[in-house]
Amino acid sequence: MLLRIAWRNIWRHKIRSLVVILSIAVGLWAGVFMVAFSWGMYKQYMRETVETHISHLQLHHPLFEEEDREARYVLQSAPSIQAYLDTAAGVRASTTRAVTGGMISSPTTVSGVQVNGILPERENRVTGLASRIIEGGYLNDEVRNPILIGKKLAQKLKVKLKSKVVLTFQDTSGGIVAGAFRVAGIYRSKNSSLDETSVYVHAAGLQQLLGAEGAVHEVAVLLNDDNLSEPFKHSLAVRFPDADVKTWKDLSPELELVIRSFNEYMYIFVGFILLALTFGIVNTMLMAVLERVREIGMLMAIGMSRMRVFNMILLETVYLSLVGGPLGLLAGYFTIRWTGSRGIDISLFSEGLSSYGFSSIVHPELESGYYLPLALMTMLTAIVSAIYPAIRAIRLKPGEAIRKI
Amino acid sequence: METVIDAHDVTKIYNEKKIPVHAVNGVHLHIGRGEFIALVGPSGSGKTTLLNIIGGLDYPTTGQVIINGTNITAMSSSELINFRLHNIGFVFQSYNLIPVLTARENIEFIMLLQHTGKKQRHERVLNLLREVGLEDKINSRPGELSGGQQQRVAVARALASKPQFVLADEPTANLDSKSAANLLEIMAKLNREEGMTFVFSTHDQRVIDKARRVITLVDGKITSDEKR
Repeated sequence: MLLRIAWRNIWRHKIRSLVVILSIAVGLWAGVFMVAFSWGMYKQYMRETVETHISHLQLHHPLFEEEDREARYVLQSAPSIQAYLDTAAGVRASTTRAVTGGMISSPTTVSGVQVNGILPERENRVTGLASRIIEGGYLNDEVRNPILIGKKLAQKLKVKLKSKVVLTFQDTSGGIVAGAFRVAGIYRSKNSSLDETSVYVHAAGLQQLLGAEGAVHEVAVLLNDDNLSEPFKHSLAVRFPDADVKTWKDLSPELELVIRSFNEYMYIFVGFILLALTFGIVNTMLMAVLERVREIGMLMAIGMSRMRVFNMILLETVYLSLVGGPLGLLAGYFTIRWTGSRGIDISLFSEGLSSYGFSSIVHPELESGYYLPLALMTMLTAIVSAIYPAIRAIRLKPGEAIRKI
Repeated sequence: METVIDAHDVTKIYNEKKIPVHAVNGVHLHIGRGEFIALVGPSGSGKTTLLNIIGGLDYPTTGQVIINGTNITAMSSSELINFRLHNIGFVFQSYNLIPVLTARENIEFIMLLQHTGKKQRHERVLNLLREVGLEDKINSRPGELSGGQQQRVAVARALASKPQFVLADEPTANLDSKSAANLLEIMAKLNREEGMTFVFSTHDQRVIDKARRVITLVDGKITSDEKR
């Protein structure tokens, strides 16, 4: 009967109850959607960083990373690693690279870069580099010693296609070497800061300049599934003990931090929305109690215990959230599905976002496991919001309350 | 006659610290089972305050109220709620039914609080509605009933818990003369046939005429206690 009374009580003032229900629904919808939007952005950023830049796994000489990526730390077992990866299940693509840090200079300026000596076909399968070319070709032989540079670097160096640039770096014996290259292509990725610092040349050309024929510093591995990263890391470490194997999480710990801190971020964000809702619910329930003083007094006069009166007010609020909460979550779910499949174009802000590596099309997404905690948070908010009005109700003195007009 | 209500030197003082008002002033009262009592007096004479104290809705400043041998003035407010549930029926001036429940549910509600079984509840609801002449309004909500009908449902609700006595505060004040007469007839019949004790405060001469004992209060004191 208490359930029935509470349910009917909330419909005594339909408009008022609908306003509360809608504010819960809209608040939750906005919260869920914003969280999904952020998660979509980060997820895309992570996916793109992994699939176009870092790859799932990288193998180096154990001292290569430690010693500031010096060219003398060559990964000797690279050929056998490559041979193994070519046949291993779960590997989508893999490639080897000669890598060194150096300076690139044009007639007007100089800039620090990472020089990647690549095998064009393999590299393209791992990072899709060819698809990001916006001018010229992909390390083709139209020019001698071709080099691929990013759009931002080209602007900085004030060079264009077929312009000559000079790369200067240390060879494997520590001597300074320089080589002249011609810009064969200009690429643009989603991450403009990477575009400014990474250049690509043929592996053979770089190896020759380094004085180490066939030297490999890096093996990049793209897997079919991100969940295979850790198992693969362990099996490769066992199989090739001279190689230092790192997953993308090891290589880019800030991405790992984003994932780990996302839960906290989401709960804090939604928590703030629910906190704002609390005031609305308290206000409504307080009105509902104050305009029923005589009725509540009568209930206590005829023998309804304070605990039951308290529960009745609590139930009314829970009902409001039971209607509004799922409504908001459902609206959020469908909005996320709809926008997730179509994407949201935020190209208006993409200039700024691309310098942080974010895409201009965002696909909001939220894992299904997040919906239940959000529903429980809403319920908890409703219960907390009802406590003060319920306390006001049970503090009424029945003898006085009955005479209230 | 067995005593149901025994009030000893009951005093109620409001505003004790500023300008004290003696709403009830040294009242001694003994009410026996089966009595049909009208508590009369001018406005502000303390009728409602005395009813509230007898009914355990308020505490006296001094004095004791003993119901069926139990001193209710020594009870905590939570104990009093439970005591009221099982021992006292109330009829209020403005009916005070639960607006979202039907007549049946309003009467049944008090029995639910008492944990009465379903079958027993349903039988009693039907009997009570029959007694107050509203069996055809069983599924009507208070908003669909006239004032007189609502007050009859309130009487049925007051009796649903099988109380020791029923307290009614100006039960006919909001009723037209026909409805008032009808309600009085029902209460008098319940008193006659079932021996239910009724105590009601009233200004209504028709109610006073029906009463078999009339207690007059003036300035919180009993000035006359007349049995007929």
